[in-house]
Amino acid sequence: MRVVVEKRDTRSKRMAILIPLVSFIVSLMLGAIVLIASKSNPLQAYGAMLNGAFGNARRFQYTIVESLPLLMCGLGVGIAFRLKFWNIGAEGQYVWGAIGITWVMQFWRFLPVPMLLPVGLAVGMTLGALWAGVPGFLKAQWSVDETLTTLMLNYVAIGLAEYLYINKWKAPLGNMGTPEFPREAWLPQIWGKVHAGIFIALALVVLLWFLLYKTRWGFELNMIGKNPKAARYQGVSIKRNIVLAMILSGAICGLSGSVNTAAIAHRLTKGVNAGYGFTGIIIAWMSGLNPFASILVAVVMAALTTGADALQIAMKLPESMGEVLQGLVLIPLLAGSIFVEHKLKFIKKEAA
Amino acid sequence: MEHITKHFPGVLANDDVSLELYPGQVLALLGENGAGKSTLMNMLVGLYRPDGGTIHIRGELAEIHSPQDSMALGIGMIHQEFMLVGNMSVAENIVLGLRDLPLVPKLDEIKARITELSKRYGLQVDPDAIIHDLSVGEQQRVEILKLVYRGADILILDEPTAVLTPGESRDLNNILKKMLSEGKSAIFITHKMDEVIEFSHKVQVLRRGKTVNTCDTKDVTPRDLANMMVGRDVLFSLDRCPFNPGGIKLKVDHVTVDNPLGSRPLLDDVSLEIHRGEIVGIAGVAGNGQTQLTEAITGLLRCNKGTIAIDGRDMTNATPLQVIKAGVSHIPADRGAMGVVGDMSVGENLAMKKYRTEEISRGAVIKKTFMRAFADKLIKAFTIKTPDQDTCVKFLSGGNIQKTILAREIDSCGGVLIAVYPSRGLDVGATEAVRQNLISQRDKGNAVLLVSEELEELQMVADKIAVMFEGKIMGLRNVKETNTEELGMMMAGAGSVRREA
Repeated sequence: MRVVVEKRDTRSKRMAILIPLVSFIVSLMLGAIVLIASKSNPLQAYGAMLNGAFGNARRFQYTIVESLPLLMCGLGVGIAFRLKFWNIGAEGQYVWGAIGITWVMQFWRFLPVPMLLPVGLAVGMTLGALWAGVPGFLKAQWSVDETLTTLMLNYVAIGLAEYLYINKWKAPLGNMGTPEFPREAWLPQIWGKVHAGIFIALALVVLLWFLLYKTRWGFELNMIGKNPKAARYQGVSIKRNIVLAMILSGAICGLSGSVNTAAIAHRLTKGVNAGYGFTGIIIAWMSGLNPFASILVAVVMAALTTGADALQIAMKLPESMGEVLQGLVLIPLLAGSIFVEHKLKFIKKEAA
Repeated sequence: MEHITKHFPGVLANDDVSLELYPGQVLALLGENGAGKSTLMNMLVGLYRPDGGTIHIRGELAEIHSPQDSMALGIGMIHQEFMLVGNMSVAENIVLGLRDLPLVPKLDEIKARITELSKRYGLQVDPDAIIHDLSVGEQQRVEILKLVYRGADILILDEPTAVLTPGESRDLNNILKKMLSEGKSAIFITHKMDEVIEFSHKVQVLRRGKTVNTCDTKDVTPRDLANMMVGRDVLFSLDRCPFNPGGIKLKVDHVTVDNPLGSRPLLDDVSLEIHRGEIVGIAGVAGNGQTQLTEAITGLLRCNKGTIAIDGRDMTNATPLQVIKAGVSHIPADRGAMGVVGDMSVGENLAMKKYRTEEISRGAVIKKTFMRAFADKLIKAFTIKTPDQDTCVKFLSGGNIQKTILAREIDSCGGVLIAVYPSRGLDVGATEAVRQNLISQRDKGNAVLLVSEELEELQMVADKIAVMFEGKIMGLRNVKETNTEELGMMMAGAGSVRREA
């Protein structure tokens, strides 16, 4: 018997839903193998994870809080990905958002206190946009490879943030971290741990969906992403749109950093580069660049993180096991996507 | 092949088609676009799987699941678009993808074998040449060599002469004859009648996925074949208003475009005027600057010297959008790569010019209902064969993709229509429609620039013909005052004596 991969004649909608589901089940089974190997009961472990992520209101809130920066970064990089512009600099843009809001909170004291939060969010967003605009411009003007520039600029941003909270902007007390933002300027909590950032994130989902699927600009981005040569021939400026898309992409990632800083840490400190920008890439990819699907993916990814914490406590498993399971979820999902366009064919060997 | 059936969403591409090919024989497969010729052949080379029916090769039942399977059976296909890697050498391209290739190939042995094969069949190609530097005809020879090198003895050629000059076509015919004398056989997909007569022994006509007729070539006339293909009588002449040109619409003045890769400029001091209500044809062998001329006008290529003006307004090095807004429509040479976005729907592709206008959008927002109505209107007006407007363009046949482009460009035309090889690869019926459309644009008072490789087409459609050779315009002639011989001489670079028409 021989197995060959054949291209499907059409893309089937049913498969587009079925395949991720099957992939998810496969990844659970792979995870089970790893868990058994480390002498744990997989059912118990998955139960603990589920319980840890959604078990009670507090845990559920924590999962949602964790999903918000993931969702926003996913939305941000997703815009650049539409143009096949591989923005892997969301992490740096996120950090700039955090730096921006801290700058305002700490040094723009001439502003009335109620103004600090909105202005801080705006400044963080702008800095993220500028940071992303640079590689966009370099690519548009001189075709400088964006994967390198966006990746490298991450480390510049992270390094700068470290310098600021360890040295330049450090609070007089403690050994790292800037002073706490004034309490009145925090992003308010609306349901337990869940903060008002959820409204910003959901508004962004709707806004982006409208922008990408309903407007002329969305149509142009779609054309560029699918056939840049044809887009140029139809009068769409590729250079201009690359820069614009990168600015928007960076603005959203920056906003994500500002929102999270104003809601959770309330200052610039260690842990600002928590990897949301990198996980955002996975979210954009797995959601098929669809803003609404991103919500679901972000919650699942967040649940894997919060669930893994519970795994550590309930099952006495090392923290890294959570990351192993997270990774195992991704591989079948990404590998499975090939079957949306291809199918397997089993051929019985004939007598020669 | 027996009783082959193949469904695509919404279409029955092949309906119970049977086909026989004997050693040493050339079978011409004739049919309109979307008649199912390419689909049938793609099943033979393993790109598609038939839904029903069987394939026997040399008497044995064959299960072809991939191009590798078909290669192992000695079947090779030359597609309309060549599958060559542009920046690699001829020899490298020929052995690329061979399964039994050692990690470090012995290039000398390979080259020797290539030279031997090219001598045997009269396929002169330098194995060290880089594909980029070869003409289209030479590239085709590389494709043939690739198949022969792999031991193919059933060759499938998908419209091989569409990209060749008359001379190159004759060479191809000779090459094929030599191969046939060795017992190889060939299937020839085409919709040019005279080629069928010249090249083939047997001809099979397909229409809407069914075999209409199979007969010996010597028993039929081109006219019979055309009627069989279309299923009705075909007009070989076109209606047109008397030639009555208006003022100058488009003026290209001493334009030069440098070639960053070579010494000879892509366009060399080109001047051309097109009046309202006039069709100027550009003749010449492909690759002599015709495409560059159209791209310079449409803002896709920067001019280094000279000026371009539309309605007397300077448009030199304007952006593509500015040129579009000045009313220029453009049917590009490369349909798949430039003309359409394959992964977007027919409806969206039709709207790709007009989406900026009130007809489809309100401000920055695209109105889906307007877009759908607009697309339905064009699909109907230009008889584009598609299951529905939501189908991706890449699933349409070549002719219908061209109709989609044509519909969009003609609908949005605001004074200048630039058409590059608009009927390339189209069947009789569609070609007739394209030509009639060009002429009706002219009759409406628009300026039309038609680039074509077929002199016959230019003589039938154009009012004036300019010939391009090595980036220069060799001369401009009034159609009525010139003949094929004179134009042919200019295409080959002779007759640089300018005479204003």
